[in-house]
Amino acid sequence: MDTTHTEVEIEVDGRAFRVPADATVAAVLLDLGVGAFRRSVTGEPRLPLCGMGTCQECRVTIDGVAHRRACMTPVRAGMKVSTDG
Amino acid sequence: MAATPPAAAIPHEAAAPPTAGWVLHAEIAVVGAGPAGIAAASRAAEAGRDVVVLDAAPRPGGQIWRHRRREELPARARAWLERFDRSGARLIAGAQVVDAWTAADAWAAAGSRGAAPEGFRLVAEVDGERLEVAADRVILATGARELFLPFPGWTLPNVFGVGGAQALVKAGASFAGKRVVVAGSGPLLLAVGATLASQGARVAVVAEQASRAALARFGAALLLRSPGRIAQAARLRSALGGARYAVGCWVTRADGDDAVREVTLTDGRRSWTEPCDVLCTGYGLVPNTELAEMLGCGVDGGRVRVDEWQRTSVAGVYCAGEPTGIAGVDAALAEGEIAGAHAVATSGAAGTPGTAGAADDRRRLFRIRRREHGVARALERAFTLRAELRDLPRGDTILCRCEDVTRGMVDPAWSFRQAKLYTRIGMGPCQARVCGPACEFLFGWRGQTTRVPTAPAEVRTLAGESGGAGAEG
Ligand SMILES: Cc1cc2nc3c(=O)[nH]c(=O)nc-3n(C[C@H](O)[C@H](O)[C@H](O)COP(=O)(O)OP(=O)(O)OC[C@H]3O[C@@H](n4cnc5c(N)ncnc54)[C@H](O)[C@@H]3O)c2cc1C
Ligand code: FES
Repeated sequence: MDTTHTEVEIEVDGRAFRVPADATVAAVLLDLGVGAFRRSVTGEPRLPLCGMGTCQECRVTIDGVAHRRACMTPVRAGMKVSTDG
Repeated sequence: MAATPPAAAIPHEAAAPPTAGWVLHAEIAVVGAGPAGIAAASRAAEAGRDVVVLDAAPRPGGQIWRHRRREELPARARAWLERFDRSGARLIAGAQVVDAWTAADAWAAAGSRGAAPEGFRLVAEVDGERLEVAADRVILATGARELFLPFPGWTLPNVFGVGGAQALVKAGASFAGKRVVVAGSGPLLLAVGATLASQGARVAVVAEQASRAALARFGAALLLRSPGRIAQAARLRSALGGARYAVGCWVTRADGDDAVREVTLTDGRRSWTEPCDVLCTGYGLVPNTELAEMLGCGVDGGRVRVDEWQRTSVAGVYCAGEPTGIAGVDAALAEGEIAGAHAVATSGAAGTPGTAGAADDRRRLFRIRRREHGVARALERAFTLRAELRDLPRGDTILCRCEDVTRGMVDPAWSFRQAKLYTRIGMGPCQARVCGPACEFLFGWRGQTTRVPTAPAEVRTLAGESGGAGAEG
């Protein structure tokens, strides 16, 4: 199946976006320019570092579940993501 | 037998995760669907074994063959993925293995008598649910992660790993139009610089900390061993576009308000700043040995110890690919094939004659493995990290990104264990996977003991009855 032009709609921090269906949440949030996926324990803004599931810097809340790794999660139609950005 | 549909009915890309709380049985369980795991699983399943493969990522391929669409991949990668599809191995994608134990150890720990059970148990988290896999043989093909070294500003937004940026691009992110600095060490720098340039990023400089002399020695060693790689390196350099390959240079700090805006580079005598929107930094790879350690496998110098058949020190547990030493994709494939074929020979229902492969096949695989590990040793020498990198963290530089522990909060005279107790360094959700190797380089701290789970798991994933071999700390 050619998925080149397939898009899905997801919600990021309450706003709707059409995004590529085969991307991860991390890739999509970076392209949307999200300034902080999470805040560190001292309040610093953080973005993904490792891109491969190790560092835990990309944690966001997905469909109400906190601390999901955005880099390991493919987007899904109707997904609701909230960040600390 | 497992109560899932037969493998043939589940195309890998569409495999639905099994329902919660399932126990899945397999003759051979493979952890990791990178090149090593794919090769191991294919060989074993082609010989008729019932093989289950668990990988935390949404799709098979590991680091080098990470993709969104198969058409993006080179022919060899596609060929292996298709072979894997056809092999009959069952892939469960999105399954992070968080615990592992030998049935015999759990039996002994429970004070049970009589003949101890055989085999192994793995616990994975799939979409927040617990999945348990019982297997006669385990093949660990968990790959490697990047080594990150702290310097002032390394926690700023838009500072990514080198392989990290590569992985994010493969997952759909775009750095087009961004001004990028790539800095750190190792062959991945050029490869990633080339990827980003081809994607429309403006790669300003690729800074390699290794000295020109060390690289020249490596060049000579490579030329003797595998001339093809020189051409590959030259192609990568031309693919960098206008970027400079600055050898013997490293980043001393990154600055910016809400994100990185400029980095300071030095060659040890002269320093200069380079404006950028993105900094990619990484200092080579660290083998993922956590699961092997949980199962009690011997680990030497950060690598899982294996014999010529990729057997670890624990009978029935094999290890292939980067956890046994960083040697690249060709070694990973050969080691996976060797492990898979040998596991066939030593498992399965009576009457299925196993084979460790025909003699010429075996010789071919052994030869590739020997050659690639030779290249890897030369690479390791060429890209030895310079001592100056130890002096980069300042008092307020964060070492542990999970707990925001700074350089000033720790005393190098401590052990890692003491540092954990006093400051919570390494106690956060990454479980010292980032700061552990960094502190080993900075202070010589060793022994970040693996604790269960190996990755943050939902409480209910662990709530099922658990063995506890390897449960520590
Ligand atoms: C971020 C990164 C990018 C890289 N990019 C390149 C590149 O572009 N070119 C190149 O030549 N080399 C690259 N490498 C080097 C690469 O490691 C090897 O070339 C090759 O992929 C090694 O194959 P492998 O099968 O040993 O491991 P990997 O390919 O790393 O595969 C290991 C697999 O195991 C899975 N895994 C690990 N732990 C668990 C667990 N607990 N539970 C479930 N699954 C688990 C991972 O998700 C992964 O899919 C990269 C390495 C890294 C870390
Ligand atoms: S970016 Fe490191 S875990 Fe997601």
